[in-house]
Amino acid sequence: MEDKGTLRVKTGLAEMLKGGVIMDVTTPEQARVAEEAGAVAVMALERVPADIRADGGVARMADPAVIEAIMATVTIPVMAKARIGHFVEAQILEALGVDYVDESEVLTPADERFHIDKWKFTIPFVCGAINLGEALRRIGEGAAMIRTKGEAGTGNVVEAVRHMRTINSEIQKLTTTPKEELMTVAKEMGAPYDLVCWVAESGRLPVVNFSAGGLATPADAAMMMQLGADGVFVGSGIFKSEDPASRARAIVRATTHYDDPGVLAEVSRGIGQAMAGKEISELGPENLIQFRGW
Amino acid sequence: MKKPNIGVLALQGAVREHLRMLEDCGARGIAVRYPAELQLCRGLIIPGGESTTIGKLMSAFGFIDEIRLLWREGVPVYGTCAGLILMAKRIAEGGRPLLGLMDITARRNAFGRQVDSFETDLEMKGIAESNRPFRAVFIRAPWIDEAGPEVEVLGEFGGRVVAARQDGMLVTAFHPELTGDDRVHRYFLAMVEEASRSRAAAETGG
Repeated sequence: MEDKGTLRVKTGLAEMLKGGVIMDVTTPEQARVAEEAGAVAVMALERVPADIRADGGVARMADPAVIEAIMATVTIPVMAKARIGHFVEAQILEALGVDYVDESEVLTPADERFHIDKWKFTIPFVCGAINLGEALRRIGEGAAMIRTKGEAGTGNVVEAVRHMRTINSEIQKLTTTPKEELMTVAKEMGAPYDLVCWVAESGRLPVVNFSAGGLATPADAAMMMQLGADGVFVGSGIFKSEDPASRARAIVRATTHYDDPGVLAEVSRGIGQAMAGKEISELGPENLIQFRGW
Repeated sequence: MKKPNIGVLALQGAVREHLRMLEDCGARGIAVRYPAELQLCRGLIIPGGESTTIGKLMSAFGFIDEIRLLWREGVPVYGTCAGLILMAKRIAEGGRPLLGLMDITARRNAFGRQVDSFETDLEMKGIAESNRPFRAVFIRAPWIDEAGPEVEVLGEFGGRVVAARQDGMLVTAFHPELTGDDRVHRYFLAMVEEASRSRAAAETGG
């Protein structure tokens, strides 16, 4: 008797990705560069967030032909993005056999009220969060992995830092909150009571938490690891830079030796220009994608 | 008695779970980030993770020869999932074996992609009998296509070898560190104990 799609199998794959870098790729060639650099997984998508931001329009799940070509090229896990609430895109991704679905705010949301019921699927989901309440709502819906959202496509790490610090300090606070206050905390956070109690007891999220959104340098990746991330997503930061292969390899090494400044100095040397960054306040609040998702 | 130091290669993957399991078994787990730290270890675990990533980091940071040396000195090595692939002498799909320690042919992602990942009850020779099987968690798991004459098969699933031992080397295609069951880790610690005794005997004898 074999049991597939159990919670342990879903969260287990995320555990195996810890300490690693997940890279956005749009072509099989980029996927090969990512694997060669030591990525633990690739995220297959049509356009990287920086281009989605620049081009505008509706951003959707990638073409299955592209996803399949990427899956055929690399042996590491392949993830792909579905729009928030778009359960049919997720069904298609499951049928393609991708290893993880990212229900992502980077794409244009398909439902302005509800996320996907992720328990229905055999394949696991990762979802974005900017605070503990949002993380626990997603886990309540069946997400097996969380990533802090940051602000994708900006090359600016400031929002990633804000979200990681927010979640960590909320967790820290819960560990010293008296039991009788937890129901009210759960109500105010909009999070499932049982999960709030679990976090208060354990002092951590029940699933792996990666950092995402705006990481562009080895130092960015190492900082997010020092702040407590289990691993990092790098989107536009690699293939929008001058020398993607060198930068990708440097970010992988920086993520492993995140607390060794000697190694960080060594790997940060001579890897070409980083992507051009954007100042968050200049984007205008209507252009922030971190507030998509509910 | 002094707690034995057991290293867990901490370049990428499920390191924390192995460290916790080792502590629960009364050993001292050491997260090994630098080759020099290997000298502290009486046993080494190569954890699950992405085998290509761990392999590249092992090469980049000078671990390959150091781990082979450790093994030649008689220090037992246990590989889970990616660790199994890294320890194998042969890779079924071709490609260069990395440590090339154990006389097995490993097949990457042999059970399929994540959608085919599963858990099941497994009998393991000398570790988990049929009345109390081991709950084995397989994640994009490899299997062993062929095993040399010196290799002892410890567990099979669907006719495929998923756990094996050769002298001081132990491999499982699945992840005991993701369950609360410490029997595989205790089995490995017994191997470490045995190896330490025979090294001590060889030293006093020589």
